[in-house]
Amino acid sequence: MASLQSLDVVARSATTTTSPSVRQTPELAKLIDESKCIGCKACQVACMSWNDLRDEVGTNIGVYDNPSDLTPSSWTVMKFFEVEPTKGKLEWLIRKDGCMHCEDPGCLKACPSPGAIVKYANGIVDFISENCIGCGYCVKGCPFDVPRISEKDNKAYKCTLCSDRVAVGLEPACVKTCPTGAISFGTKADMVSYGEKRAGELRERGFQGAGLYNPKGVGGTHVMYVMKHADQTTLVDLPQEPTVSPMVSLWKGVAKPLAVAGMLGAVVAGFFHYMKVGPIEEKSGEKEDA
Amino acid sequence: MADRMLRRYEDRDRMNHWFIALMFVLAGLSGLAFFHPSLFFLTNLFGGGPWTRILHPVLGLLMVVAFAVLFVRLWRDNRITDADRVWRKHMGALLRGDKAGLPPVGKYNYGQKLTFWAMAASLVVLLVTGVMFWRPWFAGYFPVDLLRAAVLLHALSAVVLILATIVHVYAAIWVKGTVRAMTRGTVSEGWAKVNHPLWHREMTKER
Repeated sequence: MASLQSLDVVARSATTTTSPSVRQTPELAKLIDESKCIGCKACQVACMSWNDLRDEVGTNIGVYDNPSDLTPSSWTVMKFFEVEPTKGKLEWLIRKDGCMHCEDPGCLKACPSPGAIVKYANGIVDFISENCIGCGYCVKGCPFDVPRISEKDNKAYKCTLCSDRVAVGLEPACVKTCPTGAISFGTKADMVSYGEKRAGELRERGFQGAGLYNPKGVGGTHVMYVMKHADQTTLVDLPQEPTVSPMVSLWKGVAKPLAVAGMLGAVVAGFFHYMKVGPIEEKSGEKEDA
Repeated sequence: MADRMLRRYEDRDRMNHWFIALMFVLAGLSGLAFFHPSLFFLTNLFGGGPWTRILHPVLGLLMVVAFAVLFVRLWRDNRITDADRVWRKHMGALLRGDKAGLPPVGKYNYGQKLTFWAMAASLVVLLVTGVMFWRPWFAGYFPVDLLRAAVLLHALSAVVLILATIVHVYAAIWVKGTVRAMTRGTVSEGWAKVNHPLWHREMTKER
C-alpha cells in the first residue's frame, strides 16, 4: 500500500527530508453535518464492512453509544449527548467520532518510526501499520484522543478515511452508506463552502452558535463538522480550540536537535580539551617525596 | 615509594559498575534510536523497531536496579561538604590545567560527587516516567497529559544522564591512573596523593 501511493506522500513520520511532492492532488475533506444525523450507525456498519473489522461484543453502558468508545477495531463510533446548551432546553446531539485527519497531525509529529504515519497530498493521514513499533507516541501527539493500540499486535489503528477507496476515486464507505446525506465528501474547498452554507441556514433557523468546525490550531482538518453549537464544542466532547500539546511540540521540536548537538558537542569538547590542556598525571607539578 | 597500590573498589562493586555501564550502553543506544530520526538506524542493533521498543525498558530497568545497589554502597562518600564548595571555585582553573589552590580532596572530589548525584537523579526520573508510558503494561493507567509530560521528562533526563556519563568517562581518561581503579580495583599511591590526598592519608594511616 505504502509503496503504491508513495508519490502522493507529502509528510512522513520521523523523516527530516522532504517527501516526494511533485504531484498535485486536490485536497479532499469529509463533512459531517451533525444537524442531519439521525444516529442510525450505518456509518459504523459500513466502516466495519469495508475494512473487515469485527469488534468484540461488549456490554451496554446504559446509553446508545455502542461500543462506548473508539477501539482498535472500531474506527468510527456514534456518540450521543443529552445536553442543555441553554438552561431548560434539552437537546440530543449526536457526533460521529473518529480521526479528524489534521493538516498538522500531532500523531505524525510524535511518531519515532520512519514512515509509520504518512500524510497524503489529498490530506488523508494514514497509519502504515507494518512500520508501527507500538510505542504509543501517536496517542500522546493526538489532540482528539483518536489512535488506539491493539492488544493483539501492539499496532496503532484509526480511521484511514478509506484511503484505499479514495485512491481509486471512490468516496469513503461511511459517506457512501449514510442514508440522510449527513456525510459528504469532496474537495476541501467545496466542503468548506458547503459547510459554511449549512451553518448559515442553521443560524437562520435560530441556532445562533452554529458554525463549521475546521480548527485552525491544527492547521484545519480534513474531517469537518457542521455544528449547531460550534461555540460550545465541548458539549459533544470536542476541544474548542485543539492544538498539538506544547509539550509534544517542545519534545519533538527544537529540544531534540539541540540535545543531539549538545551530546555530540560534549564529546567534541572533551577531545579538544584533552588536546589543549593535556592529562593530569601523577607527577605533574607534584614533588615526589617519600 | 615507587608503586605501592591502594585498594579503591571491592571486586563486587567493580563488577556491578561494569554491569551498569553495559546496561547504560544498551539502554542508551536503544533509547537514542527513538530520540531523533537521525538515530533510528540504531534499532538495527536490537532486531528492528518493535524489538527495540520491547527491550529498551527491560535494559533500562536492569540499569536502575544495579545502580540502586551502587548508590547504597557509595552515597555516604558523595555527601557535599564545605570543602567541596571551595573546590567548586577552583573548577575553572583546574579545567585550564592549573591545580594550584585546590583544597585537599577525600575519596571523591566535588565534580565526581556532582556526577554521582546527576546520575542518581536522572535515573530516578527515567525510572518513574519510563514506567508510566511502558506499553503495553502501564500506559493505560495514566491520563494522556501526564504521559506527554512523562515522555518529555524522560528524554530530558536521558540527556542529563548521557552528558553526565560523557563527563564521567572523560574525567577517567583525563586523570591518568584512574581507569585502573575500576579495571583492577587498585590505584597507585602517587595517584591518590595527587588527586585524593585526604583519602590517601586515611588509607595509609593504619600502617
